[in-house]
Amino acid sequence: MGMTIGEKILAMASGKEVVRPGEIITAKVDLCMSNDGTTHLNIDIFENQLHAEKVFDPEKVIFIVDHNVPSESAKTAQVHKKMRIFAQKHNIPFYEGTGVCHQIMIEDFIVPGQLVIAADSHTCSYGGLGAFGTGVGCTDFTSVMNTGEIWLMVPESLKFVIEGNFKPGVYARDLILKIIGDIGANGANYKIMEFGGSAVKNFTIDDRVVLCNMAVEAGAKSGLVEPDEIAIEYVESRGRKAKHLYKSDEDAVYENTYHYNLDELEPMIAIPHCVDDVVPVTQIGEVKIDQGFIGSCNNGRIEELRAAAQILQGKKINPYVKLLISPASKAVYLQALAEGLIDIFVECGAMVLNPNCSVCWGSCQGVIGEGETLISTGTRNFKGRAGHPNSSIYLASAATVAASALTGKITDPRGQVL
Amino acid sequence: MNGNFTGRVWKLGDDIDTDIIIPTQFLALKSVEDMKRYVFYPLRPELAELIQPGDIIVAGKNFGCGSSREQAPEILAALRVGCIIAKSYARIFYRNAFNNGLLLLENNELYDSCSEGDQVSVDLKNSQVVLGEKTFQVASIPEDLLQMVEAGGLVPFMRKRNGK
Repeated sequence: MGMTIGEKILAMASGKEVVRPGEIITAKVDLCMSNDGTTHLNIDIFENQLHAEKVFDPEKVIFIVDHNVPSESAKTAQVHKKMRIFAQKHNIPFYEGTGVCHQIMIEDFIVPGQLVIAADSHTCSYGGLGAFGTGVGCTDFTSVMNTGEIWLMVPESLKFVIEGNFKPGVYARDLILKIIGDIGANGANYKIMEFGGSAVKNFTIDDRVVLCNMAVEAGAKSGLVEPDEIAIEYVESRGRKAKHLYKSDEDAVYENTYHYNLDELEPMIAIPHCVDDVVPVTQIGEVKIDQGFIGSCNNGRIEELRAAAQILQGKKINPYVKLLISPASKAVYLQALAEGLIDIFVECGAMVLNPNCSVCWGSCQGVIGEGETLISTGTRNFKGRAGHPNSSIYLASAATVAASALTGKITDPRGQVL
Repeated sequence: MNGNFTGRVWKLGDDIDTDIIIPTQFLALKSVEDMKRYVFYPLRPELAELIQPGDIIVAGKNFGCGSSREQAPEILAALRVGCIIAKSYARIFYRNAFNNGLLLLENNELYDSCSEGDQVSVDLKNSQVVLGEKTFQVASIPEDLLQMVEAGGLVPFMRKRNGK
């Protein structure tokens, strides 16, 4: 009986030849990362409760300020200060305001074959490069930061075989919304979602990350794509080498296999207030919007910005709608500047924000008011996540958000895409 | 830990996410004591005043889905909720709950049989939950996890174990 990529990474990390689903292992982590959502709590536990003195390896513990940046209150400024002081004291990599934590990790740290633990649910993003990433809370994180180890149950794997080609106006974002809509918000609870098939082999790293990032929205422990030449080229162009290029064995065991054909896929949208309440945009009817948001660890990379710019070029957004755009990292921002995308956004009436979690996190920028409707490329549409408890969030692709910002109502982007 | 207790039921639905348990805008509050006044704020703001120590939350599937924010189980532990009995849990919340001394039990049938305000008895030794005449089986929780819950979570458990 063979093993899946995820099982192989966990076997390697726990020093075993073979692991099987259900087995509990103690694994060594390659990297751990925490952001300003909860790091102040980690530091409290580390210093005042555990009385720990050192992190397990200063090169493998990374702090990133991305949730409330720049700080919107004295309280969050204090959190950032606490992180900065700790990072300096322990001489660990520290980022502030340079991007969403997962995008920074992918650009600067992640390589195929790693096991990465972070105090953030979207850590599963790293599967886009063939690394096993999973999110934990601050207590587990503090223990990892101190010891470099964590206990994990080996999860079952689910396989998603993707064939065909995207039609114009349809994106990886629509695919992952469709999948979550089909299997449900707990359809992959505790499992690995492994994405493969002829279509995924041609996907860019950006698109692979879009799929893996949202795995947690179906409850998954991790999302994974088999690392190949595209992943190798991505990490080597950034001066890094793959750790292991694991492939799933022919006789690996999957709890279930799902098939999707991109030729049949159309723009999808998650309606309030659950990520798995997904319908085609064509079935949404007339829904007026107050705000659009393009950004986040799911959908703020260069390809999504290009898709939005293509629709917004030379046009003006609806005068009663706000459009907020936050590139996912400094590198994405600079690339967008070089390609003239930022000019297009500013000209069309959008507000371009610094790279950060922004509207998706719902506390520092673009918070919405009572009765308002947001269409977003963020990760979640939970009730009240973007502001007032009585407000609504729809989740869609960057192209759908851009098309909707022009008309002031939820709009199918096809027909506006070349 | 004490294996038998009885509590009053507060009934919530499916997919109770971490942003409902404690919305983002309250995460920067100074303490868990401040935060717990906003438990379930977007869904049922009145519960913060009504939940009493020992009360039991009964919910549907996928309780605790969403973010990894540990404040979610932390404030439920601070409210001294007796336990949560849901059809299923999201995995990050599951770990975080035990790490914060909050007991989680799983059962598929209780939810559809009970009403808010019912009294439910938990018998951990026999892995059972009793509602009136009906008995429901829950998956057994390993002894070391129960000890961790009793100690108040992973950190106090480690300190106790290390004699600090």
